[in-house]
Parts: sequence; C-alpha cells; structure tokens
Amino acid sequence: MPEVLKAPLVVEFPFTRSVGPVQSAFLTGLRERVVLGVRTSDGRTLVPPVEYDPVTAEELRDLVEVAPTGTVTTWAWNHAPRRDQPLDTPFAWALVRLDGADTALLHALDAPGPDAVHTGMRVRVRWAGERTGAITDIACFEPYDDSPKDSGPDDGSSAEPAHHTGRFEDPITGIVAAARLDYTYSPGRAQTAYINALAERRNVGERCPSCRKVYVPPRGACPTCGVATLEQVEVGPSGTVTTFCIVNIKAKNLDIEVPYVYAHIALDGADLALHARIGGIPYDQVRMGLRVEPVWTQGSRFPDHYRPTGEPDADYDTYRELL
Amino acid sequence: MNREIAVVAFAQTDHRRTSEELSEVEMLMPVLHEVLAQTGLKTADIGFTCSGSSDYLAGRAFSFTLALDGVGAWPPISESHVEMDGAWALYEAWTKLLTGDADTALVYSYGKSSPGPLRDVLTRQLDPYYVAPLWPDSVALAALQAQALIDAGDTDEPALAAVAARSRTDASANSHAQLRGSVPHGGYVVRPLRTGDCPPIGDGAAAVILAAGERARELCDRPAWIRGIDHRIEAHSLGVRDLTDSPSARLAAERAGAFERPVDTAELHAAFTSQEIVLRKALKLDDGVRVNPSGGALAANPVMAAGLIRIGEAAARVHRGESDRALAHATSGPCLQQNLVAVLEGDPR
Ligand SMILES: [Zn+2]
Repeated sequence: MPEVLKAPLVVEFPFTRSVGPVQSAFLTGLRERVVLGVRTSDGRTLVPPVEYDPVTAEELRDLVEVAPTGTVTTWAWNHAPRRDQPLDTPFAWALVRLDGADTALLHALDAPGPDAVHTGMRVRVRWAGERTGAITDIACFEPYDDSPKDSGPDDGSSAEPAHHTGRFEDPITGIVAAARLDYTYSPGRAQTAYINALAERRNVGERCPSCRKVYVPPRGACPTCGVATLEQVEVGPSGTVTTFCIVNIKAKNLDIEVPYVYAHIALDGADLALHARIGGIPYDQVRMGLRVEPVWTQGSRFPDHYRPTGEPDADYDTYRELL
Repeated sequence: MNREIAVVAFAQTDHRRTSEELSEVEMLMPVLHEVLAQTGLKTADIGFTCSGSSDYLAGRAFSFTLALDGVGAWPPISESHVEMDGAWALYEAWTKLLTGDADTALVYSYGKSSPGPLRDVLTRQLDPYYVAPLWPDSVALAALQAQALIDAGDTDEPALAAVAARSRTDASANSHAQLRGSVPHGGYVVRPLRTGDCPPIGDGAAAVILAAGERARELCDRPAWIRGIDHRIEAHSLGVRDLTDSPSARLAAERAGAFERPVDTAELHAAFTSQEIVLRKALKLDDGVRVNPSGGALAANPVMAAGLIRIGEAAARVHRGESDRALAHATSGPCLQQNLVAVLEGDPR
C-alpha cells in the first residue's frame, strides 16, 4: 500500500461571545484591578462569579468585592508550559480561594519550583500590564508573604466581602475567545489513492462489491451497503452535468469572477456525481446534460475546472439516477 | 419501565497511537461488521442507530456524517448522534428501546486523537469565559485533582503507581489494549501525575447492539440485562466542586440501582489513576470487586469510545459467564464532571 497522504490542517476561530451582567461586572472589574464575586442566598461568595447558583439554579446578582490575595486549595506543577498558557516558564496551576470567597479560581502561579508551592500557601494577584477585560488580565498569581498582622484566622477567609454595585465606566459587553489548533490531516487509504491518481490526471473511483456502484471520490465505504469499497475503477475523464447552481458571491481569497457555475458532474463510469466549477462557457448557458471534461493547469494536482467537450448533450435517462 | 433491555453484542478495534492510514469510516467499519456478525443481524434489521464522536478530535465539521457510510444509511434509517462519548449514545438508544419504538439498536462511537494535540483540543470544552483562555490541558486538570486527593490523605504517589501497574498487568489479557504489561511509571507530566498515571493517547472505535425482551434472548446466549442506567452532572467550575469526591457518580449509581446488591465487576472510565481512587469511594467499591479487568482507560482511552467500551467490556464478561452483576461507568468533562453508571446482570445460573 502506498504511503497515505498527510498535510497540516490549522483550525483557527475568534469566537465572539457576549457576557451577561455578572460576567460583565467581573471581567470589567479585572480591567480596573477589582475582583468581584457573587453572593448566594445561603451566604456563600462565588469567585469567579456566575449568574445562576450551581446548586439551586437560583438567579444571582448580589455582587461583592473580594481581596486580590488568597490561599492555594490545590495545585499542580507544570514543568513544560504549552502554547497559549499564561506563563512560558515553568509554573504551577493552582486553584486559589481569594480572601472573602468560598470557592476557588483557576489560574497560573509563578513560583521558582515545585518545592516553593504547597496547598495552603498564600498568594496574590499579579496584574497584567495591559488589561482588556478578560481572565488574562490576571497575569498569574505570585507567592505573598503576609505574616499575620492581627489575631484573626490566618487563612483570611473570614474577611467580610464588601458590597459592590458592579458598575464601571465603559463596561465590557463581550470577549473574543481566540483559539488555534494544529492538526495533521490524513484522508485515509481510499482518498489518498484518489488524490494520488488526480496528480497523474486520472480519476479513480471504487466499486462496491455488493451493489456494484462506483463511487468517486471514493471514501472507502459504500453508504448504501455499509461495506468497504476496495476495487479501483478508472472513470471519466469526461462527464455530464447533472445539476448546477450559479454563484453570485465572491469567496474570500478566491480569484474567480462572479457569477460562475458550480455543478454536479457524473463522470463516465461513475455512479455518484462529484462537484466542480464549470468554465469555458457563459454562465447562463450551462444546462443539465451538458457534456464536460476536466481542465488541468500547469503543475496542478487537481482539475482547475470543467469545460464543454462539444459533444451533444446527454440524454436525461442516462443520468436521471444520479440526480 | 417494564421492558427488559440488554447488551447482546460488543466489538472494538485494536486501539493504537495512530491509525492515519485509515479514515474514520475505514477504522470503524470492521467493528460494525463484527458486532452485526455476532448477532446475525443485518443493517436493515436494526431498529435504531445512535453514535457518539467529536468533530474537535479530527478538526472537521460534521465528521460523523461520513462515518455513517459504514452503517449503510440507505434506504433511510432511524438514526441519531451525540457529540459525546458513545456511552451517552447508548443511553439514548436504551431510551428509544424503552419507548417500544424499536426492538434492536446499534450503538457505536469512535475517536481519532492522532491528528491533533489532544491535551489542547480538550481545553475547548472548558468554560470559555474564565478557564479556556488559560488553556489548562487535560493532564493539568487531572493533576489538580490528584494533588487534592494526596492532600486529603486519600492516596499517595506509590498508591497511584500501583493502580497503573495493576491496570496494565490486567490489560495483558486484552489484545485490543494499547498499553499492556509492564509500563515504566515515567517522569512527571504535570506533577503529581507521571506518564504512567495518564492514559495513552490513541485512535479507536467500539460498537454494541442492544435488544429488548425475547429478541435479546434470541440474539445472545446470555444477554447482559441493563437493570438500571443513569447519568448526572456537576458544576462546570472546578473551584466550586470538591475534587476528592464525585457526588454525581454516586447519585447516578444510586439511581441505576448499583447499591441495591453488591456487584462483582466494575469497569470504570478512570482515565487517570487518581480518578479510580475517587470513583472507588463514590461508588462504594470494596476490594472484593474486580475493577477494570480489561485494563480500563489506562490501557486504552480512545476519546469518545472509552466510556462505551466500559459498558461493552462489562457486558462481555456477563456474556462469557465471568460476571453475574457488573457496574459500568463512563465520564466526560474535566475531573469527572459528568458521570454515567449502568448496572448489567446475566440471567441466574
Ligand atoms: Zn453498495
């Protein structure tokens, strides 16, 4: 079996999300170096705050300000930071219960090494230099040595959080959550054979051993019978337009004048129509039954488009099953 | 509910680090054929089909529609899909059979983790406002839970290593497993979790067939009757939860009837050694219960199929007469956020 094809595939998406009243107040607060939580009806303070009680689903709107200092409730040492994580030097992931809060916030903790971190250690927020109203406005946490100044409990959690209106100048109303994931795409055995044949200007389909239909491009399975299609069959190069549409909107980064025609083309010998652009004929003269052939450009691994062969149109009955 | 429903067949692929020579449907098809062959059913005989997978693994939209080619979706079939582990697809199929709309169901799921960076891919299921922008990977979140358990005195690193060793030793008898026999416990991935505490990353697929009542007895010598099945969820935010416990797993088990009588076998979807510690406690499994005789998710963890495989492995033990009453568990989300528990029984012998 020839080696399967592989290619990098990058998926990037800047997800634009709106935020509700509580998230808006929290994220805007971070921009202003204020950490807000929300009170539940049983008197707990949730940081980060949510709009509905995670236990009772009751609506929550009672905002309070908590301290930028807190206590580590659990942690994990990350000696090999990954792309987009908060720090690019080794750090600890930590859940931190800020003073005045009853729940913990996940973030990075900048520390010299795992021996410098322990559950129960005191930390404080290190603010990002440039803040936009996002969780990353907290650059990370850092160790904080606050030897007890008074006789209160040393974990600080009994500090009474102060009421806060949640109102700020120019509140943020949304975030853009950018993401990028890098894949190595492989199309598998059947489509590798198809793509390799295309590079030799051949169209190769696969025949179902059960219903004898020829699929192109082959996907390795007959969708009717649910069995593998293994027998390769050369089809085309010419084919028949079975149906088409006229495209009037220019695609980004696509150098094709609109309007143009995109069509389903049943290659001779194939039992499934593939789709491709039709060229070499005015868009308003393309029709069902038009006989077409592929046009290859220099060095291309696939046909650029299909153009009329000049043959008479195919009889409807020859392609009606392929519509 | 007065309709008895059973798992009557189970098949899975060999789970491997990569199956790049195969498309998803090419990987899946042999498993579908095998599970049908076990029962003698043809695609056209199946009353309902339900699958589980995730587009984020392959980085392609609607990838499950292509996998349907492996089922043979023409003439039109009654079909559904969940963007979750196949265990939840099985739950949907079980519900469908309970209604009486179908007597048999084919459930399958698959995951190819090899094309993408799995640890990063899984960050996209996290809270998009407060957590996902920090990109905490799946091992990091499991490590936070492991440290919480260590701090609570529930486990320590040698105990975690023992879980890993037992799982991979048991997997020696499982020809489908990806990690088998003696596996070095390795260095820290995210401390306190070492490579040995983490599941292998790999590609794989699984399928089961469900049948109701007498149909199940016709198709299988010893059906694995689903006596109960339930799934529960906890708060999304990790900082709200007690990471040393799994109240949702306990509640699901209670509603599935797991505590009514002891089970002899438990297949737990504990991808990290530390998660087995949590689940043993939440599910009240004592040392008399055979836990993960297949090797569990530490031996093979094809994302989106590993939970369905737990149900399949538990059922297969009932089929073979190696278990009379088994618990199967599946999870989803960080640190055991969502949990599904099924109780499977064979007819009395
Ligand atoms: Zn066929």
